[in-house]
Amino acid sequence: MAAEAARAAVVEAFARRHRFRPLEAVPWLIAAAGYFLLPQYLTLGAQIFATILFVLSADLVLGYAGIVTLGQAAFFGTGAYTAGILAANGWGEPLSGLAAAALAAALVGFLSGLVILRTGGLALLIQTLIVATTLYEAANKASWLTGGDDGLQGVVEWPIFGVFRFDMLGRVAYVYCLAVLFVGWLAARLVVHSPFGRSLTGARENIARMHAIGAPVARRRLIVYTISAALAGASGALIAQTTSFVGLTSLSLERSGNALIMLIIGGVGRLYGAFIGVPLFMIAQDRFAEIDPVYWYFWLGLLMVAVVVFARGGVLGLVERLWASAGR
Amino acid sequence: MTGALSAAVSIGFHGLAFAMVLYLISVGLSVTMGLMGFVNLAHGVFAMLGGYVMTSLMNGWGVPFALALAAAALAGAAASIPLERLLYRRFYGGEELDQVLLTMGLIFMSVAGATHLWGPLTQHMQPPGWLSGHFDLGGRSFPAYRSFLIVCGAVLVTALWLGLERTRFGAQVRAAVDNLRMAQSVGINTSRLFMLTFALGSGLAGLGGGLGADLLAISPSYALQYLVYFIIVVAVGGLGSIRGPFVAALLIGVADTAFKYLLPELGAFFIYALTMALLLWRPQGLFGRA
Amino acid sequence: MLGNALRPRLLAAAAVLFSASAFGAAEAQTVKIGIINSYSGFVAQAADEMQKGIDLYAKLHEKDLPPGVKVELIKRDDTSNPETGKRLAQELITRDQVQLLAGVVLSPVAAAVAPLTAEAKVPLVLTNAAGVQLTRLSPYVVRTSFTLWQQCDPIGKWAAEQGWKTGFTEVTDFIAGHDSENAFVKGFTDGGGKILDSVRYPMQNPDFVPFVQRVKDAHPDVAFLWVPAQTQATAMMNAIRDLGLREAGIHIVSAQDLLPDEELPKMGDTPLGLITAGNYSTAADRPANKAFLAAWSKEYGDQSIPDFFSVGGWDGMTAIFDLIKQTKGKFTGDEAIAFLSHWKNPDSPRGPIEIDPNTRDIVQNIYIREVKKIDGRLANVEIATIPMVKDPWKELNPPK
Repeated sequence: MAAEAARAAVVEAFARRHRFRPLEAVPWLIAAAGYFLLPQYLTLGAQIFATILFVLSADLVLGYAGIVTLGQAAFFGTGAYTAGILAANGWGEPLSGLAAAALAAALVGFLSGLVILRTGGLALLIQTLIVATTLYEAANKASWLTGGDDGLQGVVEWPIFGVFRFDMLGRVAYVYCLAVLFVGWLAARLVVHSPFGRSLTGARENIARMHAIGAPVARRRLIVYTISAALAGASGALIAQTTSFVGLTSLSLERSGNALIMLIIGGVGRLYGAFIGVPLFMIAQDRFAEIDPVYWYFWLGLLMVAVVVFARGGVLGLVERLWASAGR
Repeated sequence: MTGALSAAVSIGFHGLAFAMVLYLISVGLSVTMGLMGFVNLAHGVFAMLGGYVMTSLMNGWGVPFALALAAAALAGAAASIPLERLLYRRFYGGEELDQVLLTMGLIFMSVAGATHLWGPLTQHMQPPGWLSGHFDLGGRSFPAYRSFLIVCGAVLVTALWLGLERTRFGAQVRAAVDNLRMAQSVGINTSRLFMLTFALGSGLAGLGGGLGADLLAISPSYALQYLVYFIIVVAVGGLGSIRGPFVAALLIGVADTAFKYLLPELGAFFIYALTMALLLWRPQGLFGRA
Repeated sequence: MLGNALRPRLLAAAAVLFSASAFGAAEAQTVKIGIINSYSGFVAQAADEMQKGIDLYAKLHEKDLPPGVKVELIKRDDTSNPETGKRLAQELITRDQVQLLAGVVLSPVAAAVAPLTAEAKVPLVLTNAAGVQLTRLSPYVVRTSFTLWQQCDPIGKWAAEQGWKTGFTEVTDFIAGHDSENAFVKGFTDGGGKILDSVRYPMQNPDFVPFVQRVKDAHPDVAFLWVPAQTQATAMMNAIRDLGLREAGIHIVSAQDLLPDEELPKMGDTPLGLITAGNYSTAADRPANKAFLAAWSKEYGDQSIPDFFSVGGWDGMTAIFDLIKQTKGKFTGDEAIAFLSHWKNPDSPRGPIEIDPNTRDIVQNIYIREVKKIDGRLANVEIATIPMVKDPWKELNPPK
């Protein structure tokens, strides 16, 4: 009887930890509605979903494991080129291309993490930068394979399940990216709410204590780095497959930097920061950047400063504070 | 044989000049990062400001070289004070991510501001007559301006070292870098120390930006373009040190130039490989504290 | 269920269409053109020059349009990002229903957009992107700017003709650099010259001394030194000056990217005597150019200087306006591309230009220019003309 009760208690605790709250359905409902309500913006929507996945991967590594990285684009680009090169050389099946991309990116994440995660602080920051830059230069040099600066040509994606062709209006791309984002989000959520994820938060907040209780911090950081790389690689593949093109910009510092910006605007370490920061940023960029590109940079910079100084947790942080002060 | 020797001398010489510029700009960053625990990615903005002030004064108003240079240094120092007082000090010893994002935001604003004030084109600097052209030494011809840069670098590193070792201010800085709490308990006004050190470091950056305008071209994206060089020099050299960035700048500057000469195809990779190797071997930098 | 809601709407739509076609002759016809440009990013300066050229032509020649026909330019910023450019092209085609696409500074963006033009049958007039392959990516792409092969092959031949026997090339290590290197080598060796060595430098490179030192070591008769327009020209000039390359007796040639007209006044005296190949110089003496410069300074002020980016945009608009005048603003994609592929303009600011119907690429004079001092200012003065050059790369690499 005691054993039964114990087991029931464990199951109950597990369910409680991973229980879905009703509010979490909101972004998916909005996305589903978007398909019907905004038929002319589906391509933008697809790119937003892919970017949310990318920024989500950055959140895992930054917000949860506390690894400040300027090289997340390394994994995005690896995924993009893997999927793109496969498709350009005769294998255009999207789902297997996606899996291959995630795997390749995970491998790069694992190997680079193995080498550089031993350090921290500024040294680690620079090394993440170096990994991404090295891949960038390598992709440029190997232009016979990657198309170099001009980009990869001849990326032909087969229809999904042989039926759904990527169309000009972006309908298939929209659903495809949303579905992959959903799966990626589930995976991230699982990691974050598990004891493994909790230990990461512990490591981020007080690493000495974690060492003291014997938690294998280094190994766990490597694991989350690898998982994050896989998700980033998947997002790269999404962009490559839905645009039928891969360029060097998929490995650029700007891409890594933009991910950080979008994340901080939404709120770091809260899992949903990406869902808020990415649409805000991308839509604002779409609307305002061409009005006056100089001012766009200025206001973006000012916004970043303002967020760090006044709204540290980003939009989600503000929401949390409002919620708390409203006295739930 | 003379050809090879001549080339080696030339490469060494130019690499040294490049190293000096890197050093001048980066030394301030190393000291402030070590002292205040603040990842200031926007350090290059002060160098850029110095460069713009210098070129504007010289090209626009015909201000003499030395005066314009002094103005460049002053501009860097002056600009840093409100920034430090109002913004940076809130984040000392704080979360690295905050500092990275704050300073990235400042960089963006600087790009926009520079484009707005001076336009998107590169600013050119014409060295004054007495520093232009070449001079002969031992049968070889050296560009005068680069020689000047080397001399400046040597003089400044000596001055800084003397300042750090021999003055009271320097002693206070060393104490605070070593152990901030202790320094405070001994009665050192660390807040004022930070401000002065930051101003000094930014002033040096402004000076370096102005002096090096010939080598590191002044354009609105300056702070972004050369960011990698500055933080590599600081990380490899070690934080809170004056010697560290000097050795690192020499290493990076000369080695980069030499390697690009010997193996141009792999020119881009060498610096990264070297930096990574050094950081893996000594993550705290060559002269940093573990 | 749906039918009940839909029927009145269908009827209303039919009524509108019917009345529109009935009044068609009197309705204003607006030709929408999607301009994709890199307003933000590292090529913002080039984008600005190109946009000014486009806008100036459109403004001055609005009155030449047939009565009732208007032109609407819809500008979008690709932020120097190919996937953004592709999405914008998709939106311009499906949402804004543009009849033509034009612009594009960067070759990767053009490469991403090109397949769309074939799928939607909407022509793209490239007013800058210079990648040699671009017009082959889709039968609906036409170019009014230039290719690097077009400039660097002639100057290679010209260099050999000067009696310079040995050459040395240095270019930036990416596709545009490779194009210019291969083109110069081909032209130079075809003319009997011998290339001593070819060096490539990384894209992000502040100091060119180590690379230029190698040129000095080899001591060729002529050195071909290429950097992408604007960003690194100054640094290259400084390296040339500091190492005393010309004092050592080495001639230096390049493409127009090394000495853009708007940068030249600020470079001091170092560029004097440098020789480049290009399709446009502000110092050109022809009447069309004088008129162009006068209109430019009237619109944008005396401090603003146009360059080859501007002329690419200007001529692209000329072609489009000619198309609109010919068809009174009503044309299908196929009709448009047929017209554009055979378009000629004997009177562009850069001289006579035309489109080669076989490749849909531009055919134009390539000028050998030398930097001289005119009225106290440096200018790229045309000293030789190689007439009506077709893109050599396409001639050498026929489609499979």
